[in-house]
Formats: sequence, C-alpha cells, structure tokens
Amino acid sequence: MIAENVVFGIIAAAMALGAIGVVRTKNVVHAALYLVVVLAGGAAQFILLGQEFVAWVQVLVYIGAVIVLFLFGIMLTRAPMHPKDSLDNDLRWPAAVTSLFLVGILVGLLVHTFHADKVDVQRPVRTADVTSSIFTTYIVPFEVVGVLLLGALIGAVVLARKD
Amino acid sequence: MLLNEFLILAAFLFCTGVYGVLARKHAVLVLMSIELMLAGVNINLVAFGAFHNSDIGQVFALFVLTIAAAEVGIGLAIVLLIYRNLHSADLDDVDSLKG
Repeated sequence: MIAENVVFGIIAAAMALGAIGVVRTKNVVHAALYLVVVLAGGAAQFILLGQEFVAWVQVLVYIGAVIVLFLFGIMLTRAPMHPKDSLDNDLRWPAAVTSLFLVGILVGLLVHTFHADKVDVQRPVRTADVTSSIFTTYIVPFEVVGVLLLGALIGAVVLARKD
Repeated sequence: MLLNEFLILAAFLFCTGVYGVLARKHAVLVLMSIELMLAGVNINLVAFGAFHNSDIGQVFALFVLTIAAAEVGIGLAIVLLIYRNLHSADLDDVDSLKG
C-alpha cells in the first residue's frame, strides 16, 4: 500500500511540473514536450489504477498522434521560438487568480466529500469487459463517435486545403 | 489508495489548463491547455471507474479521447486558416468581430 502511494506521488509531481511547464514555458516546442510528460504520467496513473486498456490507448492516440499533430501545427504556423517574444497576453494575473480560486473550491469540495473513500487497486478491470461493454451497451454512441471522427476528418481537410 | 489523491491531481491539471486557456496568446498553446483540461477529466473518469470497480470509467474515457482527437484536428485546421489569413497565430489579432 505504501509503495503505490510513493509511485503515485512521484508520477503526480512529474505531471504537476509538466503541466506548469506547458502553461509557463516561453518555447512552443517545449510546451508540446511538457505535454508529453503530462500525458505519459496520466497513462502511468491509469496503469496504477488497474485500467490498462485506456492507458495504452492514451499512449497511442495522445502521445503518438495528437502531439505529432501539435508539432505540425507549430511548424506550419511559424510559432515564435525566441524567448523575447511573449506568448502570454496581459490577462496573466486575473487568470492566475481565477485558476487558484477554482482549484481552492474544487479541492475543498473533494476533501469534504470523498475524504474517506478508498480505491481498491488490487482488482484490475479486464480489457475483455471493456470491449464487450463498448460493443453491447454503448454500441450506438460508439457508432456516433465513428461518424463524428469521419466528419472531423472531412472538415479538417475542407478547412485546411488551399483553393 | 485514497480516491482523493487522483481527484485532487485531476483538479490541479484542470485548473492549470484553465490558466493556460486564459493567459496564453498563441492559438496552439491554447489548444494544448485544453488538452491539459481533458487529461484531468480523463483521470477523474478512470479513477471513479476504478472506485466502483467497473469498466464504465474506461468506456467514457475512450469517448473523451476520441472527441479530443477530433477537436485537435479541427482546431489546428482553424488555426492554420487564421494564420493564412492574418499572417499570425496570435489570438489577440483575431478581433474583426470586435466592432
């Protein structure tokens, strides 16, 4: 039980530092690489929770595809790579106050509501159960998501092509 | 393990994403901050799934992942279009509707 908490703490600290790096770094490519740290940490937390299927999907889809898409976006828009160009607008302090206020409220509510609830990480969820659940109970949303992906694909092509 | 460990981590990620969306000027960085928020939501879903020892959390997290991938594709296409028209990806320059 102690070892799990130690592992969780290490991964959570790396994720928190990566998240702060995404919103604070002055280099756009570094922000994408910090995002890789956060998403890989998320996948590690999923494995720690015994939910391995979504962890590997996260690695494949996020780190494999979405980050590459971000890097293409950075290159195609010729993002400023020099630290002298500010990437922040003048709303930095109101934004910091807003997000600190939000995190305060959320943590207060979570501590108040779930202070005694424990997760049993000794019983992993089988991937076979997940897939049979997708293909029986949630088959209609699954098909709708497939159509939505097709629509997004065609929409992105239509938006981005030069004519 | 306490359920709260995961939930507080997710809340922290979400609020960092909120800060990024509000304070960043470059459009690609705003999209990355939205991804941070979605990562926090996913941790919440999977943690509650493990808490109830069911597969529902994973199913919903997979749907969120799919929607996030579609959102990034469309979002980057729009950013590319903005860049092509305004020669800049700064969201402060997108003010034609300001009047």
